[in-house]
Amino acid sequence: MILRLRQAHQAQIQAHVETGYPAEACGIFLGREAEGIKIVEQLRLVDNRWADPAEQTHRFLIPPEEVLAAEREAAAAGLEILGFFHSHPDHPARPSNFDREHAWPWYAYLIVSVENGQATDWRVWELTEDRSAFVERRLEIVP
Amino acid sequence: MAVQILIPTPLRVYTKGEKVITVEAGTVGEALRALTERFPELRRHLFNEEGRLRSFVNLYLGDEDVRYLQGEETRIADGQTLSIVPSIAGGGRWASGRSITQR
Repeated sequence: MILRLRQAHQAQIQAHVETGYPAEACGIFLGREAEGIKIVEQLRLVDNRWADPAEQTHRFLIPPEEVLAAEREAAAAGLEILGFFHSHPDHPARPSNFDREHAWPWYAYLIVSVENGQATDWRVWELTEDRSAFVERRLEIVP
Repeated sequence: MAVQILIPTPLRVYTKGEKVITVEAGTVGEALRALTERFPELRRHLFNEEGRLRSFVNLYLGDEDVRYLQGEETRIADGQTLSIVPSIAGGGRWASGRSITQR
């Protein structure tokens, strides 16, 4: 699986995660999938809705009503939800056990490490079918 | 009652690519059981090791989250649509063991 992202979308994500720092920031990818390439057509930037603000430095939540709204928007545009992104403030761009427990296969999970307020590392992950691990996938940035 | 269950994209690989599965059921719980009997591979992505719905998996009957109705006991009217919707949670540090079914 490859996640293909436009430079403009990457810039929007960078601004969103750097503005959100030191809290985690998150969002939803809408687009099309063909032959293992997930092409992002639209980006939804989402507020971190984790209930306890003090924990938002290491936890995030996109509530189901937000996902349902994105599903309906995607379906109306002939698109699909391809995956999600979130930031890891002052922490590597690697999924945690907590991430793994709350994931499904197929989706692309982009994690952006934000160190001292600067987005530094971008990595895409996919959950294995048996739910045992995340496998790193390729992020492709296009004009 | 015939209920249509909308299958999210990641789980369609377990329903032979079908986006909508129609089952006969009187309650949300019965609908889930009918679905997973037909497509057993769905189970591990919907339920945890104890057989309970995973905390990030949410069910909407029409526009209503069934958690705010009667959960899996919620009665279904003929022709209603049941959506399986994930909430997306996670974060940077290793597990604190906290559930995400907070709101």
